[in-house]
Amino acid sequence: MTSPTTPATLEAHGWGWRYATRLRWAVREVDLRIEPGERVLLLGASGSGKSTLLQGFGGVLGGADEGETHGALRVDGRAPTEARGRVGMVLQDPDTQTILARVGDDVAFGCENLGVPREEIWPRVRQALDAVELDVALDRSTAALSGGQKQRLALAGVLAMRPGAILLDEPTANLDPQGVADVRDAVSAALDATGATLVVIEHRIDIWLPLVTRVIVLGADPAGTVVLADGTPEQVLGARGAELAASGVWVPGHPPVVPPAPAQRPGETLIEARGLTVARRRGLAIAGPFDLDVRAGEVVGVTGPNGAGKSTLGLTLAGLIPAESGSVTALPALASDEKADPFRWSSRALLTRIATVLQTPEHQLLATTVRDELSVGPRALRLSAEEIATRTDELLARLRLASVADANPYTLSGGEKRRLTVAAALATRPRMLVLDEPTFGQDATTWAELVGLIARLRDEGTAVVAISHDEAVLDALHARRVVVGR
Amino acid sequence: MIDPLTARPDRPGPIAGRAALAKLAAALLIALPLVLSIDVVSASVALLLEIPLLLLAGLGAREFWTRTAVLWIAAPLGAVTIALYGATSGTIHLEWFVIRISDGSLALAAATAVRVLAIGLPAVVLFVTVDPTDLADGLAQRVRLPARFVVGALAGMRMLGLLTEDWRALALARRARGVADQGRVRRALGMAFALFVLAIRRGSSLATAMEARGFGGTGPRSWARESTWDRRDTLLVIVAAIIPAIAIAVAVLTGAWNFILGPTA
Repeated sequence: MTSPTTPATLEAHGWGWRYATRLRWAVREVDLRIEPGERVLLLGASGSGKSTLLQGFGGVLGGADEGETHGALRVDGRAPTEARGRVGMVLQDPDTQTILARVGDDVAFGCENLGVPREEIWPRVRQALDAVELDVALDRSTAALSGGQKQRLALAGVLAMRPGAILLDEPTANLDPQGVADVRDAVSAALDATGATLVVIEHRIDIWLPLVTRVIVLGADPAGTVVLADGTPEQVLGARGAELAASGVWVPGHPPVVPPAPAQRPGETLIEARGLTVARRRGLAIAGPFDLDVRAGEVVGVTGPNGAGKSTLGLTLAGLIPAESGSVTALPALASDEKADPFRWSSRALLTRIATVLQTPEHQLLATTVRDELSVGPRALRLSAEEIATRTDELLARLRLASVADANPYTLSGGEKRRLTVAAALATRPRMLVLDEPTFGQDATTWAELVGLIARLRDEGTAVVAISHDEAVLDALHARRVVVGR
Repeated sequence: MIDPLTARPDRPGPIAGRAALAKLAAALLIALPLVLSIDVVSASVALLLEIPLLLLAGLGAREFWTRTAVLWIAAPLGAVTIALYGATSGTIHLEWFVIRISDGSLALAAATAVRVLAIGLPAVVLFVTVDPTDLADGLAQRVRLPARFVVGALAGMRMLGLLTEDWRALALARRARGVADQGRVRRALGMAFALFVLAIRRGSSLATAMEARGFGGTGPRSWARESTWDRRDTLLVIVAAIIPAIAIAVAVLTGAWNFILGPTA
C-alpha cells in the first residue's frame, strides 16, 4: 500500500485514569514514550491497566463524566481526542467491531468520520481490503463473514483512515488458529507497507513475537502503575519469562503445567449418537452424520474451524436442541428411569445427568450473588438446605471463588466468570459434562486451572465433551478427537 | 427478500429500486390523510387505487401474503369487534348483553376493515424493500437529520440479529440449569432482563468501536455513498399524494367523509 502516513509518537506523562463507576484507579502515574514506527507488545497481569492505557491512546475513554484523569497522554504531542485519525484501534470481539451492513461501507466508515472526500474514499477502501487480503465484494454482507474475516475487516477500516499508529487489544482472542494467523499476517503486511507504530495487547505472545521490536510489561503497585520491564523481546522474556508466565502470560518455553494422563480406561457408554446430523435451525443441517459414543471417565474433544457446527453438535448431545436426523440415545446407565432421547427430558432431569457450559458466561448467569448462582441447580433438585450449603461451600473453595462468594456474578473478571459457570454446572453432580470452548480467551493461569479441573472430573468418572479449537487443551486432557469439518 | 450475501434488496419492478426516502415519504403520504376519517368510501377508493402500486412493488406472491398476513387477520378481527361493540345507530339487528349490532356499527366495521388494509398494505409493501443503509443515507444527506443520530441508529439495528442469538442462548442456558420446566412468564421476564443487560454491554462496545474509528468527532463528516434522487422518485411521491387526494375528494362528494376531529355526524 503506497501511503502518505507518517508514524506517530505515543507518550504518557504521569498519566492516570479512574472510571467514574470504580473507586480504584485503573492506571496511575504511568510514564512511557513509544517512538515512531516502533512495534510494541504491551503485557501485564489482568488489572494492570494495559487496556485502559491503550483506550486512552485511542481517545475512546470518554470525557469527564466517564472518569477522572491525571497527567497527560500525547499522540504526536497532542491530546488523543484532538489527534483524531492519527490512531486506529481494533478490539477483541469481532461481533461488535463490525459497524455497518456491507463490507465496503464498513471500511469507508472511518474515512467518512474524518471527512475524507467521497472520490478519495473508495480507492482507500479497495487498498485497505487488498492490504488485509480480504477478497470479497464491496457489497458483501458483513454478517456473512467469519470471525477472522471480521477482524481483518475491522483492521481494513482502521487502515483506510491511514493512521500513524495501530492499537490492537487482543484482536485474535476469539479466533480459530487459521483466523489468528490471517489477522497476524494482515497486520504484518500493513506495518511493512505503512511503517506505522504498533501497540498490541495479547496473552498469546508467541503469535506476535516475530513482529514486535519492543516489549513493555506493566504492573500495579501501591504507588501506581509501574513499568516492570521494557526492552527487546529477548531481553524482557529472558529476564522475566518465568515471572510473566506465573502471572498468566503465555511465554514460549514456559508452558502451563498440565495434569497427568488418565490412570484408568474409559468406563461404560453413557450416550450413543448414530447417523446424527445437527442443525441450529430446523431443516438446515450444518454438520454430520456422526457416529460416536460418549463414555464415563473419558474426554471427547470436538474440534474444527469456526462455524463448522461444533457447538451445535455439543448442544445436541447435551439434550438442549433436537437432532436434525439420526439419533442421540442415552443408555440406561445415564438415563435410568428417563426416556432414551435426552432432548425429551425435563430441564430438571437433565441436571444430574448432563450439564452444559455455554461459550458466553453472561448467557448463563441467573442469580445476584456467586453463592446463589451455585445453588440454582441444587435448589431445582429440591435438595435440603444443609446439602446445598455443603455443596456450594465445597465448590467455592475448589474453584477459588470463596473471596467473591457474595459478589454479583456480572462484576467478576473473565476468568472468574468462566470458573463460576463451570462450578454451577458441577453443583448438581452430573454424570456427563459438555463444555463449549472452556478456555476461550483465558490467560495461562486460568487455562491451567480449568484443564486441571476437567482432568480431575474425568478421573472421577465423569464423561466430558469438550468443544475447542485449542489443540493444546485437548492434548492436555488426552481427549479422543471428533473432527467437525465443513 | 434481502440477499443475505450482499445485504441488498434485489427485486424486479419500478418501485423496489426507488430511493428509500421516496418510499418512506410515499407510505406516509398515503397513510396520514386516511387516518383522518372513518368512512368506507375514502378507504375503498384508496385501496382500489393502490392495487397497481402493490402489484409493482417487486414482491413475489408468496412473500406478499406472508408479509401482509397480519393485516389480513387484523382487518376482519377489528371489524367483528366493532360490529359487536361499536357506536350504535340506525336499526338494531341483534342485542345480547353488551353486544348490539346495528346499522351504525356495521358501517363502522366495514370502514375499519377496509381502512386497516388501505393504510397497512402500502406501508408494509413499500417498507419490505427499503434498505436501511439507503434510508440512513437519505435521512442524513437529504433530510439533514443529525449524522450522530442516523448512523447510530443504523449501527444499532445491526445488533438486533445478535440479540436474537442471545435470546436463544439464554433459553438454552436456562434449560441446562434446570429451571426451564415451569414458571414460563417469570422465566421470560428474567430472560428479558438478562437480554437488556447484554444489549447495553454490546451497545457500549459498539459505541467504543465506532469512536475508535473517529465517530462522534467535531469535524465535518463526509458520505461515501451519495444519496440519489431522480424524477422517478419524485413521481412515486406524487402518485402517493394523488391516491389519498382522489379518495378524499370522492368521499367528500358522496357525503361519506367523516372527519375524526370534526363534529360527530
